[in-house]
Amino acid sequence: MQHAQEALHGVSAEFPGSEFVRQTMAVAEADIRKLVHDPIELFTRLVQPALWLLIFGQVFTRVRAIPTGGIPYIDFMTPGILAQNVLFGAIFYGISLIWERDLGIVHKFLVSPATRTALVLGRAVSSTARGVSQMVLIYVLAFVLRVHLRLDPISILGVIAAVMLGAAVFSTFSLIAACIVKSRDRFMGIGQVLTMPLFFASNAIYPLSMMPSWLRAFSRVNPLTYQVDALRRLMVVGGTTSFGLFEDFGVLLIVLIILISVASRLYPKIIT
Amino acid sequence: MAEATSNLNTEQNADQQTNALTPTNAVETRSLTRRFGSLVAVNRLNLTCPQGSIFGLLGPNGAGKSTLIKMLTTLLPPSEGTALVAGFDIVREPRAVRRKIGYVSQMLSADGDLTGRENLSISAKLYGVPRADRASRIAHALDFMDLAHVADKRVKQYSGGMIRRLEIAQSMLHKPAILFLDEPTVGLDPIAKQAVWQNVRDLREELGTTILMTTHDMQEADELCETVAFMHAGSIAAVGAPSDLKAALGRDVTLGDVFIHYTGATISDGGDFRDAARTRSTSRRLG
Repeated sequence: MQHAQEALHGVSAEFPGSEFVRQTMAVAEADIRKLVHDPIELFTRLVQPALWLLIFGQVFTRVRAIPTGGIPYIDFMTPGILAQNVLFGAIFYGISLIWERDLGIVHKFLVSPATRTALVLGRAVSSTARGVSQMVLIYVLAFVLRVHLRLDPISILGVIAAVMLGAAVFSTFSLIAACIVKSRDRFMGIGQVLTMPLFFASNAIYPLSMMPSWLRAFSRVNPLTYQVDALRRLMVVGGTTSFGLFEDFGVLLIVLIILISVASRLYPKIIT
Repeated sequence: MAEATSNLNTEQNADQQTNALTPTNAVETRSLTRRFGSLVAVNRLNLTCPQGSIFGLLGPNGAGKSTLIKMLTTLLPPSEGTALVAGFDIVREPRAVRRKIGYVSQMLSADGDLTGRENLSISAKLYGVPRADRASRIAHALDFMDLAHVADKRVKQYSGGMIRRLEIAQSMLHKPAILFLDEPTVGLDPIAKQAVWQNVRDLREELGTTILMTTHDMQEADELCETVAFMHAGSIAAVGAPSDLKAALGRDVTLGDVFIHYTGATISDGGDFRDAARTRSTSRRLG
């Protein structure tokens, strides 16, 4: 709304669409450059998935207690662990917004001519870059553990798309939480409370068919479920989707659009 | 004292109302008001700031200076009233306002994890500096602020004065008509302060930028600002050139005396919890 109204003034000689893209990418660039300066975080984040795959994965592969649709359990869970890793990376993303608010960086963005949507989308874009770099590391880990990965270009592009969508959804969700709670301490509390339910109430490490009906109902409204469903089909040999890729990507995209529009409205409130 | 001040407010406001609407004003507020619950932070304020001037906004903590700056920079919507900034209405045309202004917050807000040049490059893109001009404007800004030798170091290694100069460099890339500086030299040593003052003067000379700044530093207001406005309890208590304001109160009067006269507060009793927290976090960042 604000967008359309402001575009009418046409202060910039630039085509409005390219202006929006430039502003979005400027916000994303700031964060991506930090990641390039200090990539240690990516490697420390790899410890958790390594433990899940090495310990939980190895044990449950032997137990054979979980119906996987005919593939080794470690193959079944690898897409789930990738999704988990992207989720855990993205869900605390909002804390950097609170941190940058305290430093005055957010104020500087807000007094720039960038639209609020560009500011929010820019952060989502930078979180996709983080997600994809996590993905590369998890592929290396999975390869070492002899997971049967699909390595054809189409499948890999599909995985990248699912990872990017998931990262954007959960980082924007996190941004909204940050704009509401506004303080670091409260945010940490909320982040802790959210991550485990999102993870366990999904098909990440067991199929939906094993869940009691109440949990299955919850998992159907959990975006992580759709991300894992797509990843399972695209990432590992013999993996199948329950809902179909069209529904998986469709749900993630619609959720993302809703979250971005909510976040754009809430974003300026973080400084008040 | 309180009564005298409020009488003066009314006179002052009435005065300014009559000379509003001249096109040469960089900032004109019209009954600008901001309430937070029952607290009136800015109370039907009418203030004009002439184009091309260095204008100082003074007043004790809680007088409403920061709230006023936040409204003028479109960070905070007014509860009532409005203002024209560079000729655009802050309520109806916030984005047009944002294209015309630069803002340096009182926090040291350059991104410490990025280099000086990266900070500038991101600002240039955000503010729509044309691609062809970016490199030359960034190089010029670095020279202008005497930062070229540290351009590719990460900002966390900068001194407080260097960070402040980088932030002013960031805010000048798009050649703003008006630059808002919120306590630009707080926490800086005397040499760094002088350097920032000179940069501000040079900036006004070079680009004709109007500077609207808040400060608690009476020496800064006296030396740098052509016009100062004293704020008290959300209103303007007095406006004028520092020399005129001093002369009006008698001989051997300092700007500090003027401050006390119009705001009924002593300078030293300022400093609330947020100030203390800010100073701590600033000193932490500076290591």
